[in-house]
Amino acid sequence: MTETLLSVNDLSVTFDIDGTPQTVVPGISFDIAVNEVLAVVGESGSGKSVTAMALLGLLPRNATITGSATLHGTEMIGLSDTERKQRLGSSAAMIFQDPAAALNPLFSIGFQLAESVRSHTPGLSRAEAHQRVLELLALVEFPDPANKITNYPHQLSGGQCQRVVIAMALAGDPDLLIADEPTTALDVTVQAEILDVLRRMRNRLRSSILLITHDMGVVADIADRVIVMRQGAIMETAPVDELFHTPTHDYTRELLQAVPQIGKRPSAITTKARTSKEQGPNAPEPRPVLEVEDLVVEYRRRGRGFKAVDGVNLSIQPGEILAIVGESGSGKSTTALATIGLAPVTSGTVRILGKSFADSGHSELRSLRERIGVVFQNPATSLNPRFTVRNAVAEPLRIHRGMRGRGLYDVVDELLANVGLGGGWGERYPHELSGGQRQRVAIARAVALKPDVLIADEPTSALDVSVQARVLDVFRELQKELGFACLFISHDLAVVDSLSDRVAVMQQGRVVEQGSRSQVFGSPITDYTRQLLNAAPLPDPIAQRARRQARAS
Amino acid sequence: MTQLRDPAMKLLDSQRRTPWRGAVRRVGFIAPAAVIVILALIALFPSFFASFFGNGDPRFCDLGSSAEGPTRGHPFGFDLQGCDVYANVIFGTQSSLGVGLLTAVMSTTVAVVVGIIAGYRGGVVDWVLSRLTDVFLGFPFLLGAIVVLTTIGSRTIVSVSLVLALFSWPLQARLMRTSTRTVRGADFVRAAITMGVPTYRILVRYILPNAITPVLVIAAISVGSVIIAESSLTYLGIGLEPPTISWGLQLANGSAHFIRSPHMLVFPALFLATTIISIIVLGDTLRSALDPRRQR
Repeated sequence: MTETLLSVNDLSVTFDIDGTPQTVVPGISFDIAVNEVLAVVGESGSGKSVTAMALLGLLPRNATITGSATLHGTEMIGLSDTERKQRLGSSAAMIFQDPAAALNPLFSIGFQLAESVRSHTPGLSRAEAHQRVLELLALVEFPDPANKITNYPHQLSGGQCQRVVIAMALAGDPDLLIADEPTTALDVTVQAEILDVLRRMRNRLRSSILLITHDMGVVADIADRVIVMRQGAIMETAPVDELFHTPTHDYTRELLQAVPQIGKRPSAITTKARTSKEQGPNAPEPRPVLEVEDLVVEYRRRGRGFKAVDGVNLSIQPGEILAIVGESGSGKSTTALATIGLAPVTSGTVRILGKSFADSGHSELRSLRERIGVVFQNPATSLNPRFTVRNAVAEPLRIHRGMRGRGLYDVVDELLANVGLGGGWGERYPHELSGGQRQRVAIARAVALKPDVLIADEPTSALDVSVQARVLDVFRELQKELGFACLFISHDLAVVDSLSDRVAVMQQGRVVEQGSRSQVFGSPITDYTRQLLNAAPLPDPIAQRARRQARAS
Repeated sequence: MTQLRDPAMKLLDSQRRTPWRGAVRRVGFIAPAAVIVILALIALFPSFFASFFGNGDPRFCDLGSSAEGPTRGHPFGFDLQGCDVYANVIFGTQSSLGVGLLTAVMSTTVAVVVGIIAGYRGGVVDWVLSRLTDVFLGFPFLLGAIVVLTTIGSRTIVSVSLVLALFSWPLQARLMRTSTRTVRGADFVRAAITMGVPTYRILVRYILPNAITPVLVIAAISVGSVIIAESSLTYLGIGLEPPTISWGLQLANGSAHFIRSPHMLVFPALFLATTIISIIVLGDTLRSALDPRRQR
């Protein structure tokens, strides 16, 4: 049988928080075989990252670790700092989530790689170290390593940075690679490349990977075996095919169901716009709520102009959900910011209900803002930490409707109840809520004035899948009830597919494809859209394997 | 979906509605508050406190006991002129504490207003205000104080505090500007802008409470350096009207003879240190009591 590389036995982690002990991981056991990819999945707060950090001794001082973890028969828990330093890198290495933050911006990538190469093999000459760095870069399929070696991290793309980070982790020939959400910060197309690199590398080096992720698609793509964690405990351990096709635990089933998938839109969902369109071709075309014409947003950087948005045309009918999809840097968020007057519009017009921000006076601007609701990406930062939930939602009503006292709070409580936060939640502060609850508060605030149009910039990308599913449900219900039009920005095609009426695909500041949802996802015209659709890994190992082979051939 | 109020949440609510009551029960509040109340009483009724050991007159000096250490009836010893150090420390509380607190309040107020406007508006407004700050920051403090104090002539606690505040606000203003700029970029401020919240309300309800913390910390610490600065001015004869008694002056005199007679420096310094620590601890307690994120 296969040889066991890492064996974790009854590992528990307890944090001492202001004198009160809090057990985050109450004692878990698992093994990793040589040359195996073990994925640990779970939602945020499930203890998956803490477990990995405990193995490497990277937890802060207020953590107490008990139990045992043996790597090649050597105990990893309770090592002294010097012993750990010797072991780290040569037996286990870590790949971090954000490649840009894991590299030092002041040194070239060649220098940083040589540094880690030399620290693992002291006494290497300059030339030898250089040779080894080139080897490592070739191993992670870094394009043109010989020339790019003098580049600094900011000159590289996110995917290239992540390759450098992986190369760095490989510098000490580790038997075990711990990858903590290695592709979460990357675009889908880049994610696919990085996963390919990891897969090929593991075949070549016979190393094992402990992959921590929340993305079922990534799990299906690369893992051999899967551990499902929840609240520090292991719910289920199973080989990947078994887990996806015959999950035994209820929680696993829940998780899998929460993953949105392209083409699996629940048929019950219809938005107002579609029903109104079905009235027939004779119905007069209503006036669009939001019109964007030849929008150009140009930022100046050191004298050079940079067009973040380059001639975008969009229009949204009342009650319609238009989604903009694209990778990071495609200008989708800037377009959204321009529609709410937060980005400098160089040329072109943005009209909301026929009025444009640019030629509105002070009072007109105010009444215009009353008609637009905005939901930001990160609910942790979009609520004032000094306001209670009730005050946060009351703010727009206070300002635009001049409401006060009892009447105001009745309306606010009703709004909160609509997003599933009835009862005593109003008196709480944002930091006492979970991410999903905060985002529901943000949505309640955005719809408080019954806006005609809602601008939502990646409203669910900072949330866990099951939480995302709940927030999207709330969103759909409110849309049905209030019938607002919506500009929905997202990089997640599956989410867009489950929600939108029409889709616009953006690339490098331009809209490359626009059409109805079924048209764009069913029969895409451009290669770029097809590429995007293919890059997102399917949460089904067998289908994903077939797709990977199709892509390779 | 209905959430019933569980007992733990009720407890949380009752604590929250009265953050002051929660804060008042903490040692971190009671101890420094008691110290400050006592200091305030000393400042208001110095002769009552000075007479504890039977020698309550700070002006009664006997050169014969110059620089002598603590003895019966003179717990803190004598200074160079043979005056009772204890009585001087007690009588110095009024001017030192007055100048220190008044200056801190005035400079912080100016700093917060200038900093928040410069940080929030940016652009030309920021440039003008920042350069103005730089001018005051770059001006030699003593030279400026001498010019201003000799010009205005009057040398009361208020006028000296005004001069000190004139030269101590720029640092805090820079700090306020920087933290305002950080908070301004936060999503909740952008959300407020898109909601059409008036600028004044954004500044007061959204930015100020989230940006002021570092400035308040520096303000509390600056009380100490202001008390010292007052002594330099008084030492030069342009500070408070002589014959003045203040901690700063005692420290300035005592520091020259520290090796031979340390009591002349140690006792006034003890009072100064206790005052500053009390202000800082009190500020910290109140800050965490009033910050929803730090309530437990």
